[in-house]
This record gives sequence, C-alpha cells and structure tokens, in this order.
Amino acid sequence: MAKSVPSGRPNHLLRNLNSKIASIPMILIAVVIFLGGTLWTVVYSFTNSRLLPRFNFVGLDQYERLWASSRWMISIQNLAVYGILSLIFSLVIGFVLAALMDQKIRFENTFRTIFLYPFALSFIVTGLVWQWVLNPEFGIQGIVRSLGWESFAFDPLYNPDIVIYGILIAALWQGTGLVMCLMLAGLRGIDEDIWKAARVDGIPMWRTYIFVVIPMMRPVFITTLVLIASGIVKVYDLVVAQTSGGPGNASEVPAKYVYDYMFQAQNLGQGFAASTMMLLTIAIIIIPWAYLEFGGRKRG
Amino acid sequence: MHDTVSINKQNSVSIRDLSLSFGSVKVLENLNLDIRDGEFLVLLGSSGCGKSTLLNCIAGLLEPTEGQIFIKDKNVTWEEPKDRGIGMVFQSYALYPQMTVEKNLSFGLRVAGLPKEEIAKRVARAAGILQIEPLLKRKPAELSGGQRQRVAIGRALVRDVDVFLFDEPLSNLDAKLRSELRVEIKLLHRQLQNTMIYVTHDQIEALTLADRIAIMKSGVIQQLDDPMIIYNRPKNRFVASFIGSPSMNFLKGELAEEGGRTVFKADGVRFSLDGYQADEALSPGRRVILGVRPEHIKVDGDIQGGEVHDAVVEIEEPMGADNLLWLKHAGHAVAARIGGARRYAVGTKVRIGFDMSMASLFDAETEERI
Amino acid sequence: MADVSTLNTTAAGIDAISRGLVSGPRGRKPKRVLSRRNIMLYGALTVAALYYLLPLYVMVVTSLKGMPEVRLGNIFAPPMEITFEPWVKAWAQACTGLNCDGLSRGFWNSVRILVPSVVVSIAVASVSGYALANWRFKGAELFFSILIIGAFIPYQVMIYPIVIVLRELGIYGTLTGLVIVHTIFGMPILTLLFRNYFASLPVELFKAARIDGAGFWQIYFRIMLPMSLPIFVVAMILQVTGIWNDFLFGVVFTRPDTYPMTVQLNNIVNSVQGVKEYNVNMAATLLTGAVPLIVYFVSGRLFVRGIAAGAVKG
Repeated sequence: MAKSVPSGRPNHLLRNLNSKIASIPMILIAVVIFLGGTLWTVVYSFTNSRLLPRFNFVGLDQYERLWASSRWMISIQNLAVYGILSLIFSLVIGFVLAALMDQKIRFENTFRTIFLYPFALSFIVTGLVWQWVLNPEFGIQGIVRSLGWESFAFDPLYNPDIVIYGILIAALWQGTGLVMCLMLAGLRGIDEDIWKAARVDGIPMWRTYIFVVIPMMRPVFITTLVLIASGIVKVYDLVVAQTSGGPGNASEVPAKYVYDYMFQAQNLGQGFAASTMMLLTIAIIIIPWAYLEFGGRKRG
Repeated sequence: MHDTVSINKQNSVSIRDLSLSFGSVKVLENLNLDIRDGEFLVLLGSSGCGKSTLLNCIAGLLEPTEGQIFIKDKNVTWEEPKDRGIGMVFQSYALYPQMTVEKNLSFGLRVAGLPKEEIAKRVARAAGILQIEPLLKRKPAELSGGQRQRVAIGRALVRDVDVFLFDEPLSNLDAKLRSELRVEIKLLHRQLQNTMIYVTHDQIEALTLADRIAIMKSGVIQQLDDPMIIYNRPKNRFVASFIGSPSMNFLKGELAEEGGRTVFKADGVRFSLDGYQADEALSPGRRVILGVRPEHIKVDGDIQGGEVHDAVVEIEEPMGADNLLWLKHAGHAVAARIGGARRYAVGTKVRIGFDMSMASLFDAETEERI
Repeated sequence: MADVSTLNTTAAGIDAISRGLVSGPRGRKPKRVLSRRNIMLYGALTVAALYYLLPLYVMVVTSLKGMPEVRLGNIFAPPMEITFEPWVKAWAQACTGLNCDGLSRGFWNSVRILVPSVVVSIAVASVSGYALANWRFKGAELFFSILIIGAFIPYQVMIYPIVIVLRELGIYGTLTGLVIVHTIFGMPILTLLFRNYFASLPVELFKAARIDGAGFWQIYFRIMLPMSLPIFVVAMILQVTGIWNDFLFGVVFTRPDTYPMTVQLNNIVNSVQGVKEYNVNMAATLLTGAVPLIVYFVSGRLFVRGIAAGAVKG
C-alpha cells in the first residue's frame, strides 16, 4: 500500500502539520465563533425565541416590532447624532492637536501623556467621572451659578434633550488622544522633503496642510474613521455608567437595547434582531472601506 | 576680517564664515565659499559631512548659527526660502502626490498669485525643456522614477530663478537611469546657464558634472577645484583616497637623498621621485606618504623609461574595459590598472614602473600635499 | 531661453553689498520667545491639556474630601482637610446590594480573571501569528481574514451563541469560561500584532534554522521567542488594560460573587439605595482606574506603540 503514495510527495494534509495543529484555536474562533456565531444570531433573529432560543420561524416579525418600538427609535437617533458628531469632533480635534504637536514643540512627551491617558481608562471610569463633573448641583453648572450667573443651565445628564451631548463630551475626552496619536504618526510619516519643497515654493503652512498634507494622509484618515465608527456602534459601557440610559430612556443606544432584551427582558428574538441591525450598520461602514482598501490596491 | 572680503559681481552665491551647530555638535565650521554665476558646483562627501546641511542653509531651510549667505549680491541670511531666488530638487522628489504634474508645477506660482497666462507660459516652457508634456495630466504615482525626477526639476524651473539646488537628486534611481539623467542635467545646465549647486556622495556624478568640486569632510571644505585637479593633484590624503576607484595606493616611508636625487624609501623599497612636481622642498628625512593611482603604475610593456621594479601578480580582476592587478612588491600590496585585453595568471612575475609625474606626496603628520 | 538667468548688477549695487557685509543680517534670525505664534501654539495646547487633566484632578480632590465638604459645592476646590477615609471605605466597606465588603473583592476577582486571560490569550495568539507568518498553509490567510473582519463585528452579535457553547460545556459563569471569552476576542488584534512582528523579522533567520534542522516548536521557542520580548510586552500592555477595563463580558459571563472590578464599581456608584457618597464613589473610580493608569505611565512609549499597532491595520 505504501507504494501507492508517489515518492517525494508527502501527503498534502500532513504538510506543515504542526502549523495546522497550532492554528486550530484560530480556525475554531474564526469559523465557529465569528462566522458561525454571527450566522446563528442572524438566523435566530427570524424566530420568536423568548427565554430560550427556539427555532420557530416567524419571518420579519421581530424586525417589525423592533422598528415600531419607540425605545429602539430613540436608540437609533441617539446613535446617529452621537456618531456623526463624535466622528467630526474626533477627527478635527485629533488632527488639530496632532498638527500642534508636530510644530517641534517643547514638552511634547508631557502633552502626549496628558492627551492620551484617558484612553487607558475604561468607559465605566470615564462615564462615572463625567457623571460627577456634570453633576448639576456640584459640578460645572453649580460652580458657574455660585459665581453669580444664577440662570446658567448646563445639566446634560438630567435633560433628555441634550443628554447625548453629555455622553459625547465624555467620549471625546476618552478617545481623542488616540486619534491624535494616529494622526501624529501619519504626520510624522510624511516625507520631510515635502515640507521643504512647499517652503521653497512659498506655500503658507496652512495651505500646505490643507492642499498637500491632508490629501496625503487619506489612508490614515480612513483607517481612523473606520476605527472610530466601529467603536461608535459598539458604545455601551459609557452609557451604562454615565446615565444608565436615562433620564427616562433618552440616552438609550442600540448596544444597550440588545443586552437588555437578551439578558434582562428575556426576549431573545428582539435582542437578535437588534444585534443583526448593529451588524448591518457595521457592514455598511466596513464594506466600502474594505473595497477601497483592498479592492483598490490592485490598481495601485 | 570681513572688510577684507569683497563680493565679486561674478559671484552668484557667496557664503561667509558660515557655522551651524545642533546643540554641541558642530556640523559646519566657519565655512567660506564663492560660487560664480552660471557655475555648476558639486558638494561631494560621504554622509554626515555637512554637504546637505550646507545646501539647506543656502536654501534657507536651516538657519545658520553664525555667518552670512548672499545670493545674487543680496544678503539673504534671514530671508524665507521663497524669497531667495532659488529652486530646489530633492532626493525623494517631494512631489505633491495628490496633484497632477501640471498642478505640481504651478502650485507655487498660483499661491504667489501670478496671472494665469504667465503660469501657463512658464509651465509650458518647463515642460518643453524637460520633455514632459505628455505627462502633464498624470499624477506622480503614475510616473517612473526618472519621470518624477524630471517633474521635480521642472518645479524648480518654473520658478524662474537664478540658482538651482540639487540634493542628491539621482540617488533614488537605478544605475542605468542615473547615468542617463546625469547627461540630461548636464545638457540642462548648458542650455540654461544657471548657477547650480549639486550635492552628491557619488564621485562619478561629481567628476562628470562639475565645473568645480568642493570636497567636504566634518563640515569643512577640504578642496575646492576643477575636477581634474582634484583627481590628479589632491590637496590632502583624504581627498586622494576619497576620489578614484579603486582607491589610490598609499605607501608610508620617508624621503632620502641618493646621489643627488631625491628618493622615497620604505622598508624594502626605494623609488626615485624623478618627475614629481613638488610644491615644497623635498627635504631628506621627512616622513611622507606616497600615493600613486592604479593607472599610474605601469606594467611590463607600458613602462616608458624610468625605474623598473619586480612584482608578483596575486589576484587578477578583469573588468571588461580594463583589468585590475593586485600585485605584491617587496611585501607591499599595490593595485595596477592595465588594458582589459591583457591577462595575467596568478603568480606571474611582472615588472612595474611608477609614473612619478602623476603621483602625490603627503606629509605623514599633516597628510597635506607636499 | 537662457536669458532668464542673466542678471546685471550695477556697480552701485556692489558697493552696497560690500558695505552690507559688515552690517547686514548674520547668523540666526532673532526670534522672540513670546511671539504670537508661540502664544497661540502653547496656549491652545495648554487649554486642551486642562480639559484632559480636569476630570483626573476632580477625581483626586473629591476623593480626599469628607462628605460635608463635598456638599459645600465646588468640585474644583482643593480639599481643606485631607482625609483618606473615602479610600478606605471604597476599598473595604462600600456596598453593592447586600454585600458590603467594598471594591476589594472586585479587585481580586479582576486579578484572578486578568492573569490567566492575559497568559492564555497571548500564548494562543503568538503561536497563531507565528504560524501565519512563517508556516503558511493553504487557507491560512482565509481564516485570518475572517478573524480580522470578526474584530469589527459588534460583540453583541456573537455573545449569545458563546453563552450557549459555554453552557453546553458546563463552564458558563466560571472563571475558565471568561478566560476563554477574553482569549476569543483578543485573538484578532493580537494575532495581527504577532503576525506582523514575526513577518518583519529577517526571513533568513527562519531559513537558517530550518536548514539546521529545527522544527516548528523549536524555532518558535528557541529563535522567535527570545527575539520578541518587546512585542510580548506590547501585547501584554494591550491585554492588561483591555481586560481590566472590560465591562460587557464581565456582566454577561460572571455571577455577582465573581464580578470583576468595573462591574462592581458601576454597581456601587449607580446603586439607587442609600445616600450618595460622592467622595467614596470617586475613590472607588480612581482605584479601578489605577491599574491601567499605572500600566500607562510606566510603559509610556510602548503603550503608544501598542495602541498604534492595535489601531492601524498591518
């Protein structure tokens, strides 16, 4: 029997055997959890599972109920407002800080350390600190009032209309340091000669930034954008800590909706449908990016 | 000292007492240099010698710690780069990647607010000179290295300036393109008659392009001269060894007098110095270094009179056009260059003669030419 | 064409230059330290720095005040009388529900979660990254791509299936279960990190080792590991801060008596019963933030490298 194996050509499956064995955890995670788990959730979002997953197909029922729910609509609105503003502000603040840091300043390390330390903290800590700083009685509002401006009102965490901005302030505090770091790395990656050429050409610095440097940093911007965007969709802990979704349900977000329905309201079907919508949102962000990033590469 | 220097009207760029240090590191020290109008000057040296620093100072991209810079008789020491009347070409091309070639060429002019027709005229002229008209609508990423460098030169050209600065413009290109563009830069210079200052570490570029070469080491110009003088009459041992490939042969020894003639003596060897043009008196007993280029060591049939010595071929390196012999003469290794057609087997005994009229003698202590 | 370069200088001009030699500008252009540019630059940076520092300052001063002083109102005022009582209380007495043994339990739970999670996730990911970089087999890149795409999928989508798998295995709610979860979700970023690092090592080294007869594990342990200390440190920083700061997995995959510190902190601060003790809350918040902050301040540049490696795709 041994002769039937052509000499000098070892069994295909046995080639690199150790490597394959070592990769089993990776393969299992990729296929079973990431691929399988996602598909499972998507499939079960079409069932009427409640306390336990049951394969009882009900079509789009869960989705209809989801989009009819006022809490979900609030969550989506919040996510949209929070998402758009946090994208704009993160990129602008991050880039401006990076550009300032790139002016051959003194104490660069000190400033960097200060801008980035909140990123080391968890969203829970972030949320709780800002809950305290924005406390209407003792925090910023209280202080401004005690300075004599009695009518001053800034109580985002207790005002349903602006609560999402309170969360935004905390999120920007936590995350812009990272954006600054990425932008700074991008700026440092730009050929020194470009700056020299622009100076010889007599281009003012702000024009060099806008017309030469920012276009050159497009990949950095896109990567950062995708990163911030996928972080936005996942936002959960921050809201839980800062407002618990309140006042009322004014600061609910999709991720919290999913968790509450899956693990507290014991309405798995709703949770699955809502999480599938989150997946869809991410796909809308990721697919064009992946297409640009990897599809466009062939054309150079 | 300043009142003794005068700026000559033929000078395009003048540098006076220029020093530059970063912290405690002195990059340039008390450097003086006059570059004539229309001259092609090459700053040559190995990396870290200060040649690029000097060029950046002339461009105004670095501020000198001390000293002055004049361009076209104007003190530009504190001027912004754009106001100095210079154009610069960078090693990495430094083209603006998101703009077309045309936009790259015109960006500076548009920012300066020149009228549209003037911009179009200048871009057309530069594109014509450099033959990049077909590329005008393309972006830098769609160009080859040679084309990019041409566009980079074009960007300097449209500025309509008197002085062109080149910072190792060919170093990123492969050998073949490099020699092609070298010729083009030389033609460009002939056509424009502009002053050009060109930084390189490549001695071939320096020798072929330059009207004058300034060889630099540790922030000091070692020799500023015509390329052939630099090659044939190097001022010191550093210059002698830096220029020429393979390097000059060096022998340490001392001067002596025998029968009324000055000779060079080292352990086991004794060469007559007949024919050597000394700048100083060759006093016997002085410790010296004798330098002879490989092509000035004649082998067998090439010997035209003079002293003849014995040597053995150790290694032969045929290079096509010529053939390099590594010889052993009385325990000293010397390299000799002969015609490519003449071949020697290893171990062959040969006769060699030194062409002392082309040799160099350096003081053993100061390493300066005697 | 060449007429551009010709320029006539008048004799008078030359004279002016000769005089200018003595009096004209020389050396470095004088610069004022307090130029408008510098004021704007450092001003903007300082204002930004204050925004970032403010919450930390507020946390510290609040946690050092007694409750009567906190109620006076100004959260920015430094404590008149420094007291460490809130810290003691936060650590040992703060209540969550019926338990009143403070954050210390959460701290030790977090440590018990952290250590095995960091070790296992790094071990698994480094071997995977090594296999991907040096022993590529057919399909490996496909699995890796799925893994990387998976990093963008919201955790909420995959959580429930994991709950089911762990329940089937009988380890739902146990430490082992949580370690597995942290390993799973650390995989994409860590594998990417290690794969890129190993791929950046000279491939000749790997080839030479193979010619010398070393196999998969020998090369990993004898050659790759000793060369990779920095990247392991980076991975550790990434995982220590990431796992310590985790909240979602803690809530989903542990029981109240094994809650990690973040979950317990949130329960203490946001519990509705009793009087709000803001000073204790801030002390508790600082205690929870202390571990990643210490990691951050000690590791400095490596932390930046870690998040940069984590953030920018390879």
